[in-house]
Amino acid sequence: MTQPERPRRVVVSRQVAPSTSKPGDGGGRDIDEQTSLGESYMRSLVRTQLRLALAVLALVNIPLVMLPLVFSLDSGIGELTIGSVPLPWLLLGIAVYPLLVLAGWRYVRQAERNEAEFERIVSRR
Amino acid sequence: MSSGPALTAIVVTVVVTVLVGAYGNRLSRTPSDFYVASRAVSPGLNASAIGGEYLSAASFLGIAGLVLANGVDMLWYPVGYTVGYLFLLVLVAAPLRRSGAFTIPDFAEGRLQSRRVRAAATTLVVVIGWLYLIPQMQGAGLTLRAVVGAPTWVGVLAVGMVVLLAVAGGGMRSITLVQAFQYWLKLFAISIPLFFLVVAWRADGSPELLAEPPPQFAETTTVEMSSEAVLVVEQSVRVVVDGTLDGESIAGVAVLSPGEVDVAAGTTLVFPAGAEVPGVDGRAPLSGSEWAYPLSNGQSEPLYRVYSLMIALFFGTMGLPHVLVRFYTNPDGRAARRTALTVLGLVGLFYLAPPVYGILGRIYTPELVLTGRSDAVVLTLPAAMVPGVGGQLLGAVVAAGAFAAFLSTSSGLVVSVAGVLSQDVLPRWRLSARRTFQVATTLAVGVPVLLALAGQNLGVANMVGLAFAVAASSFCPLLLLGIWWRRLTPTGALAGLVIGGGLAAGAVLVTILVGPSSGWTGALLAQPAAWSMPLAFLTMVVVSLLTAREVPPGVRRIMVRLHTPESLDLDRGSNLTGRGGH
Repeated sequence: MTQPERPRRVVVSRQVAPSTSKPGDGGGRDIDEQTSLGESYMRSLVRTQLRLALAVLALVNIPLVMLPLVFSLDSGIGELTIGSVPLPWLLLGIAVYPLLVLAGWRYVRQAERNEAEFERIVSRR
Repeated sequence: MSSGPALTAIVVTVVVTVLVGAYGNRLSRTPSDFYVASRAVSPGLNASAIGGEYLSAASFLGIAGLVLANGVDMLWYPVGYTVGYLFLLVLVAAPLRRSGAFTIPDFAEGRLQSRRVRAAATTLVVVIGWLYLIPQMQGAGLTLRAVVGAPTWVGVLAVGMVVLLAVAGGGMRSITLVQAFQYWLKLFAISIPLFFLVVAWRADGSPELLAEPPPQFAETTTVEMSSEAVLVVEQSVRVVVDGTLDGESIAGVAVLSPGEVDVAAGTTLVFPAGAEVPGVDGRAPLSGSEWAYPLSNGQSEPLYRVYSLMIALFFGTMGLPHVLVRFYTNPDGRAARRTALTVLGLVGLFYLAPPVYGILGRIYTPELVLTGRSDAVVLTLPAAMVPGVGGQLLGAVVAAGAFAAFLSTSSGLVVSVAGVLSQDVLPRWRLSARRTFQVATTLAVGVPVLLALAGQNLGVANMVGLAFAVAASSFCPLLLLGIWWRRLTPTGALAGLVIGGGLAAGAVLVTILVGPSSGWTGALLAQPAAWSMPLAFLTMVVVSLLTAREVPPGVRRIMVRLHTPESLDLDRGSNLTGRGGH
């Protein structure tokens, strides 16, 4: 879930970017006119957000998908108990829910950061 | 069971819902009013409203019933309903809100510039909506039966009528406040009684929850078989019979010896206290460990079933017709994400409660499994565990919550189905606008009512799972590829919808009409998502690549609309609303 590389159009001087870009601004116009630069901005945004989404889903789903398989292997894990409650009930009845919310929260935070970054890049050219 | 308090609670829930719906309708008439008004709605309230619409009879009654009957594997249902929201959050919430599409057919037509894809999407909205409505109606029939002893068809017709009135008179969906209220009502109605039930369980000496021997009748119990069933007896037992056993009409005492016995519909059996509850449907009664440990509950191909269920629920949520439209009430894509995150929390919170009813039900109401009415466990447990007025009042609270669940989900679905019928199907009949809306609403309610009366009762949560399977095999690939892949073409989308949606719906229809079958065939038909969802994706991708020349010309602009934050002033083209109906 690390930040992937952005297109390299790095301006060294750190100008204060306007809060919203106006028509005619650099990057925004490239996107509006669908220049190849505008296209690479767009592709980079879509790719970054998709990668983030897939990373969050993998993080949650790889353990979830492993669970039935582990239970089926006759390993005894499905029959473990913690304080007289079997492990599968604890995991599927209670523990998953806070983990899902946590994953969702991390996703929202990072997706908003990605968008802010995109805005910064597009509006400062 | 004394029915006074419960019936009162149901009537109050219904009347309040219909009245507030009718009142709110005067405030907002069109989707755009709805939209504008929504700018004042906070993500918290909006999320409660979405949660209120999402938590259906399957959540309120079905999960507990499945856990009671089949044990720990059934916990994948609530987990799947919640993970489905995570998929929706990370893959579609913000882009869909930014698309400006109000319904899935709108999105399909706007994204692909194709009326044919719109027509396919419209058909699927109706199919999925009806599939999802059938178990809501059956749940209502079951509830009235458990509460006042009315025949099942009374409840089915009653909830059909109420939803018809509520939608025709109000269009309840426009009322964020009603739906938000329904969420908190449901959460209250499932959790407060549970607190008292746990207290009652402790007062009863905390009987072991996962005891090894199969369940026993807690007291002398009269069991009335609602449909024909094959009971599996492990310990011989003397029962008083009135009806037909193994084709022989009996009135009096009979001994059921170990083995299978065929019981005709309408037969009543009186079991003595302490007798072991027989198994049903040819399955031996589940021992404690078979019930409590994964993949051992005797269903065929359990591992396949679990994985296919996971696929259906994880990928299906985003394609449910009544879910997408609610995201339109968010002011922008960022708010849509935050709302979806809050829904994830609210839904997860609710799902902590229903499995506990299933666990307690195994001790106190095991006979429900025998009569095929395990979905009633949430409703019958309070009276079975708490004696006197207390139990009646708790029963009234859960009955009110159950009706809130039928009403909110059903009206959301009926509005969605009636919406596409009146916009896409009925205009060719050239009726007046008012008549069109009436006919559309009547069809949207009437067809599932008839199917609920005629079809098999497969259990509420199971039926809802089938609707998820169709959604996962049709709208899920349409939305995911439409949002994240520029090269999707109209022909590709159409082929995927027809093949994926068609095959999944076909498998589901066979299961509903013929009933569950055994072995691999049964597993593949009862849980189609594991093969139909990948097939739909594959078809869409391959056919799109073969018809690459058809990629709609405006796709770059649409990608800008779907993915860039609204605060950037960019040319986004227009909303994806198809023929500009909104």
